[in-house]
Amino acid sequence: MTAVASPQDTGIRIRTEVKTQETSAGTGQSAISIENVSLSYGDNQALHDISMEIGERQVTAFIGPSGCGKSTLLRCLNRMNDLIDDVTVTGRITVRGQDIYSPATDVIEVRRRVGMVFQKSNPFPKSIYENVVYGLRIAGISDKKVLDEACERSLRGAALWDEVKDRLDESGLGLSGGQMQRLCIARAIAVEPEIILMDEPCSALDPIATLKIEELIYSLKERYTIVIVTHNLQQAARVSDRTAFFWLGRLVEYDQTPDMFTRPKDKLTEDYITGRFG
Amino acid sequence: MKLPLSVRRGDPMVWFTGSALGTCLLLIAGLIVIVLTNGLGFFWPSALVELTLKDGSKWLGEQIRRQPIPNPGSPDHLREHRVQLKLGNRDLLGYDFKWIDEKEIASRREPADAFYVERREYGPLLGAPVLLKDGERVLAEGDAVWAALQPLVAKAEHDRAAIEQIEKHEIGEINYRIEQQRLALKRIEYREKQDGVKREAERSAVAAAVAAQEERFRGKQQELDRLLATAATTYVTFRAADGTEKELSTLDIYRIYPANQLGLGGRLAVYAGRIWEFVSADPRESNTEGGIFPAIFGTVMMVIIMSLMAVPFGVLAALYLREYAKQGPLVRIVRIAVNNLAGVPSIVFGVFGLGFFVYFVGGGIDRMFFPEALPTPTYGTGGILWASLTLALLTVPVVIVASEEALAAVPRSMREASIATGATKFQTILHVVLPAAAPGILTGLILAMARGAGEVAPLMITGVVKLAPELPLDGFFPFFHPDRKFMHLGFHIYDVGFQSPNVEAAMPMVYTTTIFLLLIIVALNLTAIVVRNRLRRKYQTSAF
Repeated sequence: MTAVASPQDTGIRIRTEVKTQETSAGTGQSAISIENVSLSYGDNQALHDISMEIGERQVTAFIGPSGCGKSTLLRCLNRMNDLIDDVTVTGRITVRGQDIYSPATDVIEVRRRVGMVFQKSNPFPKSIYENVVYGLRIAGISDKKVLDEACERSLRGAALWDEVKDRLDESGLGLSGGQMQRLCIARAIAVEPEIILMDEPCSALDPIATLKIEELIYSLKERYTIVIVTHNLQQAARVSDRTAFFWLGRLVEYDQTPDMFTRPKDKLTEDYITGRFG
Repeated sequence: MKLPLSVRRGDPMVWFTGSALGTCLLLIAGLIVIVLTNGLGFFWPSALVELTLKDGSKWLGEQIRRQPIPNPGSPDHLREHRVQLKLGNRDLLGYDFKWIDEKEIASRREPADAFYVERREYGPLLGAPVLLKDGERVLAEGDAVWAALQPLVAKAEHDRAAIEQIEKHEIGEINYRIEQQRLALKRIEYREKQDGVKREAERSAVAAAVAAQEERFRGKQQELDRLLATAATTYVTFRAADGTEKELSTLDIYRIYPANQLGLGGRLAVYAGRIWEFVSADPRESNTEGGIFPAIFGTVMMVIIMSLMAVPFGVLAALYLREYAKQGPLVRIVRIAVNNLAGVPSIVFGVFGLGFFVYFVGGGIDRMFFPEALPTPTYGTGGILWASLTLALLTVPVVIVASEEALAAVPRSMREASIATGATKFQTILHVVLPAAAPGILTGLILAMARGAGEVAPLMITGVVKLAPELPLDGFFPFFHPDRKFMHLGFHIYDVGFQSPNVEAAMPMVYTTTIFLLLIIVALNLTAIVVRNRLRRKYQTSAF
């Protein structure tokens, strides 16, 4: 049974009940289902007929050379592509059964259910506290107690609490690169999404900070479904349960990560992961 | 051919660019130095010299200039010098400045009993006090006059303040009330004409109110007469250099000092007193004497109203252009038009302000709300509101351009972060984009203020006057009178410099007023810059 799958109309869900669902990876259930999705910017088609299922509470990695459409597909999953003019999406994407591109869907609600962490850490020029509770304030929550709780919970969830608990009032921009990225993760999980999308979250970080984020991803998997775009094949191999390889806007291969890296079925995949191109 | 190493390295370019910057700095420094030396020296009480010429005539005055005499073609060209004396005593001589050739001068001394007197009219009086009388009774003669005169001058200042209190404020208030009643009566007459109903009760109420105010006025008038009678009994007689004597009421003496007996401290005191008077007092003698307070007040107030109008409009317009409008040829054309609008000559905006704000909007307001006062216009004539609005229109393009750039500079990633947490576009703009763009928007405000505060041309036809009897802000309801005309430092400079009946006396005022105009613009800008820097520290974007 799922704790929080019912469609919510307004407001934000503060998850207080203890999860009853088994937390092992790869439950086999599908959190996102992508069916025949194509996308074009004007006349330029960026995604060609992609279909795949993303498993509940798994880490799914999208890999592929630059411009292969992996980030574009990721941004379809919470409709961030809506911000770009002249984008056409065809096909169907459902998040736990809800068609997120149907006209009846509230796009704000979709983005609350599907949070996002970006390549470039982008904290707001506000205090650490305000950064974390931003999504809650936007949703109209102003109860100090609820915000305080959410702030601590999210910062703990993002493994940042111990480093910043004494300076929550300081600017979020005063943190180090890795801390800023974890602050962005805290901000994303503060609104209790079901799914977190990560667009190359470590590409601007040093190896130590990268390691911390990877550990964090591993622990977040207990509660969230995570989709991560990465250029770092070792990273994909380390953190993900399943990996999808994209090439020129097409899904070439999608499989369990160990299988993908040891026994790629497709020649292109093999060439890419062995470093022959990309 | 191989160029020398220094050329290949680009050294000439360094020199070239450096000298361009140097020239700019030199010009600016020159401007400041000229304005400061000409302006600040004006208040300094320099010594009074008495020149005896070869023909026996004597001239007492401040030497304000010395220059070679041009006589092209002859051997003495630019060899001889002449000096310019500020003589004062315009009522005795008919002029108050005189050039004297140095070869005419027989002797030169600085008499200890030479006094410099600033008085109510005819400019300064230069001479020696010889007799002090109270009515017909002689109080002091000769050297004793100065000692006896000092308390009287202090008393005169006190008396003048009391007289001004009655004349300007108390009687001014009565006049204001009577004027209100006169308008009320006109309103009643107007309404009677409209519907034919007689309003005797209202008329008698107005008449009673007017009678009460006139009664108060008579009381105040008597009080004023009594005050004048006690204040204006002492007279002091001065002897000018040529021996003519002039009797002056002590009440008319604003400042008197023995110019050749002052030490450095005394001179500094006079200097500071004059600067304070200049900043805080109303102008006298068709703006060539007294202060510039109403002009400072008008300038600051106009800039503030202008900013309050221009910034919200400019920011909203920029928000639409940058955030909501679909970027395309139309928006590009609008953007080009806005940029060009910033370059339209200001007098064009002045003409528009006169036609639109003053005649159309102001005239419309008059017809709707003040029909009883017509044909005397209330809002249908130049005033501080219309002048400020005209300037706001003039500066709005600057604000739009700067705000647009500031909005464009907010990183896309920051907007996406907000959208991705479930914020709407409006919430993103309100909570993330605007705060981050605030420093840039304030830069727009600074540019707008710098442009607006220095404009004169459009003001001349939308509400600036040479002398405004009342400030736009006072103690009478509704306290702020946007329909009033006002004084402005920029126009004051023009007026004093080019419209003054006494150019020699007015010229230093041009420089001093310029200093204060510059100071005010600097002060307004500094305020905005401090605010901007605080915001910048707060919303500093990540270097990472």
